[in-house]
Amino acid sequence: MADQLLAGPLASLRADRGGRYFLCLLLATAVAVPLLNSLPGADSALHLSSFTMNLIGKYMTYAMLAIAVDLIWGYCGILSLGHGAFFALGGYAMGMYLMRQIGTRGVYGDPVLPDFMIFLNWTELPWFWHGFQSFPYALLMIVLVPAALALAFGFLAFRSRVSGVYFSIITQALTYALMLAFFRNDMGFGGNNGFTDFKDILGFNLQAPGTRIALFLATALGLAASYLLCRFVVSSRAGRVIEAIRDAESRARFLGYRVESYKLWVFVLSAIIAGLAGALYVPQVGIINPSEFSPTNSIEIVIWVAIGGRGTLYGAVVGAFLVNFAKTYFTGALPSFWLYALGSLFIGVTLFLPYGVVGAVSRSGFTRLRGSLS
Amino acid sequence: MSEAAAARSLMLSVEDVTVSFDGFRALNALTLHVEIGELRCIIGPNGAGKTTMMDVITGKTRPDRGSAWFGSSTDLLQLTEPEIAQAGIGRKFQKPTVFENQSVIANLELAMSGAKTVWKWLRARTTPQQLERIDAVLATIGLSDLRAQRAGALSHGQKQWLEIGMLLIQDPRLLLVDEPVAGMTPQEIERTAELLVSLAGKHTLIVVEHDMEFVRSIANKVTVLHEGSVLAEGDMSAIQADVKVKQVYLGE
Repeated sequence: MADQLLAGPLASLRADRGGRYFLCLLLATAVAVPLLNSLPGADSALHLSSFTMNLIGKYMTYAMLAIAVDLIWGYCGILSLGHGAFFALGGYAMGMYLMRQIGTRGVYGDPVLPDFMIFLNWTELPWFWHGFQSFPYALLMIVLVPAALALAFGFLAFRSRVSGVYFSIITQALTYALMLAFFRNDMGFGGNNGFTDFKDILGFNLQAPGTRIALFLATALGLAASYLLCRFVVSSRAGRVIEAIRDAESRARFLGYRVESYKLWVFVLSAIIAGLAGALYVPQVGIINPSEFSPTNSIEIVIWVAIGGRGTLYGAVVGAFLVNFAKTYFTGALPSFWLYALGSLFIGVTLFLPYGVVGAVSRSGFTRLRGSLS
Repeated sequence: MSEAAAARSLMLSVEDVTVSFDGFRALNALTLHVEIGELRCIIGPNGAGKTTMMDVITGKTRPDRGSAWFGSSTDLLQLTEPEIAQAGIGRKFQKPTVFENQSVIANLELAMSGAKTVWKWLRARTTPQQLERIDAVLATIGLSDLRAQRAGALSHGQKQWLEIGMLLIQDPRLLLVDEPVAGMTPQEIERTAELLVSLAGKHTLIVVEHDMEFVRSIANKVTVLHEGSVLAEGDMSAIQADVKVKQVYLGE
């Protein structure tokens, strides 16, 4: 069964050179980064700080999120400007598990209620917090909550044939509405402070070097699995239908395809990947709060994908790393300059690199090859 | 349907169909019978009702009155557009719409009939029988050598043939073809004529066309529409000799 499940994705890699490069690079990173973090002494030139490893881990969760957006936007042509919401929901579900793990080590020392509830004078755990002390249950919710939201929202939107810019606008409204809701204290998700001060995951201390490495490896695995899953989907025959819907929706409908159910299916899959990315993000950054729902976050994800090059999957990964590396650099070196840099980057790519960075690279590669052949 | 019609083994029988849009009669008591295996050309000046007639047959437009039967047992007026397509009527629109970013062969695979749910298609592989079918269609439309080509890179004429192929692969009994040679080069027109003639017999075809030269080269029976009803019907030489046709169509 396991090799059967793997056979499809691996077979689809055969025709995917960019994907093979990406997976090799990811494997190298997954091996080298933890080794450089743990083996050389802290004063050695080769030593990689835990901070840097954490940062790369965070970028990898962003890359997963970018792959999810590329699947729905690059392949199915649906521009979702609300994918930050699925990421945040996955993150909150993980956060709830991590909050329940704190137990009596919180400031108020209550074995059941998280600190913020004591602070609000609550005496009982709200019903939706039950079960989150169990990791398998939390994992289930990490998948189910974003999936259920995407299913309900997508069902209504696609059935009424909401598409194009109207769909984009209502996804912005969706994530904005969730942000406002999560800001409220009486929602039961910690209000504007969200969740933080996590202690451990599955019994392991989150600050311990071993746990950090394990989280890093889990994220690398998650990124590779998301990539393979999406590659399998887009290179299957269903993937060709998805692209057909992107390019000529009414023609696909005319050929007898139920366009709505294809769109809904891709949207839900994409939301699940985004949710898993959020769940891997939270233990590594140590905090989740309602600003993750902010509409600008969702727009930024789309910019990553556009800059990397949409419709390739690995382009989304390149874009996520490139933009976030630049963001980390600029917000440190020239904080006021970052938004201008992001804006000009987006405009520049739209004008000069319509196929993104990877598109520009592979195209110039082709021209060179053709030049050398003739 | 009438007994006389059934006796003649008809593929399509449209009887006394009237369609009005805001008082304008696009079709006016139109009656048209097409026999099985026939290649019928429909001509007529702009506004004669050619497209509206196609719309009625494919379920896009509902007539105010009249009847439309497919074969002897399928009442087209009771079916929706997808049901009519499923029943075996394929329509090729004027403007070619193929999936430009996909290969010729992928376009044909997408058009294949069968269950089209996500789950089935996620794991679907093309079977040898299906591949044979695709090969046969590729040979028919003359695109065998271009099977791996991106459809967007095909010439205008090749796209039209590919679209005809996408209809053929669903094995329709009746093919409606709307202005197939508009914008084609003389060589492409010739190839299209050969293609359509070769399809007649196995399939029933209704071709709407303006190009009289082309119509003469393929049709054995021509129907002239004028102001929503049939003005004349017969072989090309009879039509060209018809005084009424000369008046309204050829402007003489």
